[in-house]
Amino acid sequence: MVTRIIFIIAYLVLAPIIGCILAGLDRKMSARMQRRVGPPILQPYYDVRKLFEKEKQAPTRFQDFYIIVYLIFLIGAGAIFFGGGDLLLVIFTETIGAVFLIVAAYSSNSPYAEVGAERELLQMMAYEPMMLLTAIGFYMYHGSFTVNDLVSADNMAFLPMIGIFFGFIYILTIKFRKSPFDLSMSHHAHQELVRGVTTEFVGRTMGWIEISHWFENIFILGFIFLFFCNGTVWGYVIGAIVCIVAYFLEVFIDNCFARMKWQFAFKSAWIVAIVLGVVNVFVLQLMF
Amino acid sequence: MGTITFLIIFPMIIAFILLAAKNDKARDMIVYVATAVIAAGSIVAAFQFIRSSGEFFTFDGEIIGYVMMVVEAGLAIYIIITGIKHKKYLASLLAIVQTPLMIWFEMKHGHGIEVQYNMYVDKLSVIMILIIGIIGSLICVYALGYMKDFQHHHAGEKDRRPWFFFVMFLFLGAMVGLVTSNNMIWMYFFWEITSLSSFWLIGYTRTEEAINNSFRALIMNLLGGLGFVVGIIILGIVFGTIELSTMLVYGTIYGDLVAIPAAFFAFAGITKAAQMPFNSWLLGAMVAPTPTSALLHSSTMVKAGVFMIIKLSPVLGISNFAGIMVMMVGGITFLFASCAAISQNNAKRVLAYSTIANLGLIVACGGVGTAEAVWAGIMLIIFHAITKSLLFLCVGTAEHHIGSRMIEDMDGLFVKMPRLAMCMIIGIAGMFLAPFGMLISKWATMTSFVDSGNFLLVGIICFGSAVTAFYWVKWLGKLSAVVANETSIEYDVHKSEIFVHITLAVLTIIVCLIFPLISTYTLVPYLEGAFGGVAAGLLSSSNMIIMVIMLAVLVLLAAMFFGKSKKEQVPIYLAGVNTGDNRTYYGSMQKEVEFTLRNWHMESIFGEHKMNVIGDILTTAMLVIGIGYVIATLVSLLGGVA
Repeated sequence: MVTRIIFIIAYLVLAPIIGCILAGLDRKMSARMQRRVGPPILQPYYDVRKLFEKEKQAPTRFQDFYIIVYLIFLIGAGAIFFGGGDLLLVIFTETIGAVFLIVAAYSSNSPYAEVGAERELLQMMAYEPMMLLTAIGFYMYHGSFTVNDLVSADNMAFLPMIGIFFGFIYILTIKFRKSPFDLSMSHHAHQELVRGVTTEFVGRTMGWIEISHWFENIFILGFIFLFFCNGTVWGYVIGAIVCIVAYFLEVFIDNCFARMKWQFAFKSAWIVAIVLGVVNVFVLQLMF
Repeated sequence: MGTITFLIIFPMIIAFILLAAKNDKARDMIVYVATAVIAAGSIVAAFQFIRSSGEFFTFDGEIIGYVMMVVEAGLAIYIIITGIKHKKYLASLLAIVQTPLMIWFEMKHGHGIEVQYNMYVDKLSVIMILIIGIIGSLICVYALGYMKDFQHHHAGEKDRRPWFFFVMFLFLGAMVGLVTSNNMIWMYFFWEITSLSSFWLIGYTRTEEAINNSFRALIMNLLGGLGFVVGIIILGIVFGTIELSTMLVYGTIYGDLVAIPAAFFAFAGITKAAQMPFNSWLLGAMVAPTPTSALLHSSTMVKAGVFMIIKLSPVLGISNFAGIMVMMVGGITFLFASCAAISQNNAKRVLAYSTIANLGLIVACGGVGTAEAVWAGIMLIIFHAITKSLLFLCVGTAEHHIGSRMIEDMDGLFVKMPRLAMCMIIGIAGMFLAPFGMLISKWATMTSFVDSGNFLLVGIICFGSAVTAFYWVKWLGKLSAVVANETSIEYDVHKSEIFVHITLAVLTIIVCLIFPLISTYTLVPYLEGAFGGVAAGLLSSSNMIIMVIMLAVLVLLAAMFFGKSKKEQVPIYLAGVNTGDNRTYYGSMQKEVEFTLRNWHMESIFGEHKMNVIGDILTTAMLVIGIGYVIATLVSLLGGVA
């Protein structure tokens, strides 16, 4: 119990820091790929600090409530994950957060925010099956949904779940909102939707949303880590390395692709989930 | 026992009184008192039987049996005549086939079969009685105000409300009978009454569309009724019993054999639960006044279908063909009905598809037939009954006040009818969002599907839940949009409607908070009786507690922060050309243009017709293969005996 609490506290403290640095490295690396110098590594932090100094504004009285729920449940999902909780519970809790972000965007009744919200919703529908299949794959292989059991498992799940692994990597692009699937909110504000789902969030609210992304990225990478746990230190080391590689793979993909249409994002994500996910689940069923 | 008899007879007596009551005031009084009595009666029944581990009643049935037979024959004649009158010969034909078949069986074989217990009450019946007694009663109360408006909107037409309330109460009585019958012939009797009641309710407005749709419902349910009769005959002749409990006991020994009548009963359940390919009758039922839909979808009719399947679940399962048929029909229906809901704009059709999908999930749970799956299935029944009735009744009120049942016309409902919008939001959240009930049940369903060893169902539920979230959130978004410069039009909503909305919304939250108790005190004992123990597959108590905490946090946050922001309110972003009222912008030549926002229906991917065709083909194939296999087994068995 005590270790669990320590892990949760460590997550709450470290995740935004690591997430922030990763975001900074992301920008630096993207800049270098585009032959720019790029901002300092801590630029995301400076940006957020500046956002917190802005005037307190909102388009409606109700936005704050939705955003508070979003933050608490999104960060809570990570806390359940790092506290060794149930993977499905993590996914469902995260979904509450995601839904409230979407509702917050809808509540402003702004065309830009609403189109962004609908696209965010589409992305949710695109990645959700693969997320669930990932959790189910772990359960079928290790016989447990709880992160606690999965971390201390004896065998590495990577090879038997290789289809699910690559399926998960595929939807990671959607979850990180990277090009070619940055439909709902591009990191670059020069697009047709302005800032998509986040158009109507300003100042402090926007700052919190940035921070929440740092939290979110870290515990999504945690899923990748789980594929490599085999009860030895080496499993953890490999897991951590693959997490970092996966993150920068996403940055690389982000820089190599133009945005695709929503039809492609949706259909391809589902086809991947069927071909890699469901088939892998079937194979796991035959194995055990 | 007295309470149960009372709960069957009393609504029927009230029904006849209401048939005579032509006066609004008198009707209001009778309905208020009667529903209070029925709700109280169901709670008393719950307290009476909650401690027992299931009680059986002999209930001397000789005379009752004859009365039922006479009524059945009368109803059959009625169906035959009405069918011919409206040129719906298929309905007449089905009645001509099944009722004589039933009477022949009762005369020839029925008397030789000793029936020990005609009725029973176990924890599952208690849950069903509570749903019927409380939710059903609330819907009747709501109907009082609604039907006044309805009559007002249809001025000049004959006031048929006495007939409407007659059928509503008849329905409630029949439902209680259905969930407490142990004698399958008795159950069949109540089954047929519910089929006919829904036929009358759907055809209430007597328009051409209503009549066509009501006959479609009747024909499909008579087809199911035929399956029921065949099931009874096989059960009676091959196994020498017509008791449900005996059948289930035989099932523990001769699982494969009992699967034969079970497949026919399950077929009846599938038609009544509006599973594909029979889902069109429930969609057609939308022509009726909203309380009808609420009643059919939440506490009666379709719940009779899933009740049957849940009851049969111990003899289903992946090991026999009946089980595979049932779980696949349910699973396929869940997936394709959910997809079809995306393309719908009509709020009632979205609700209908969502009902069909959720019933699909319950049917699939019953088909999987493990204690864990059935736990999830019963939880789905409970949560679905409350939230779906809430949503239907909210849509009904919205329709009378904004003049449309289209979701796209619910722009700004949050400002126009804040209280109603809040109830709707709670209902929608209850339908798919953690930590509300449906999600809890879906979670349990998911784990039980994984354990069932049917990977297709696992895939189906993963994709199905993603789709479910999509169509609910886009509706939720529409409701929560704060549209500027609208004023509340909520002042003239009937008090009875408000009362029912709020009661159901509160009930949604309370049941989610106390569901671990419901599980411990009703579901687990029931499952222990039916399955001889609950394996460790249920949701762990720590997860249940986390869910309850999450809901408490959500409610608390709402109380603390909802609408209480002190931030400066600024206009929305409209590319710098917002005229300032957040609804219009300066177009070319400085012309003021009002914008409208519309949701996404993805007709090209999730078109209703396409989803129905695929779903119908797949489920029909499953039914044909399943029933065909069962008949083949039966024939080879009988041949072997001879």
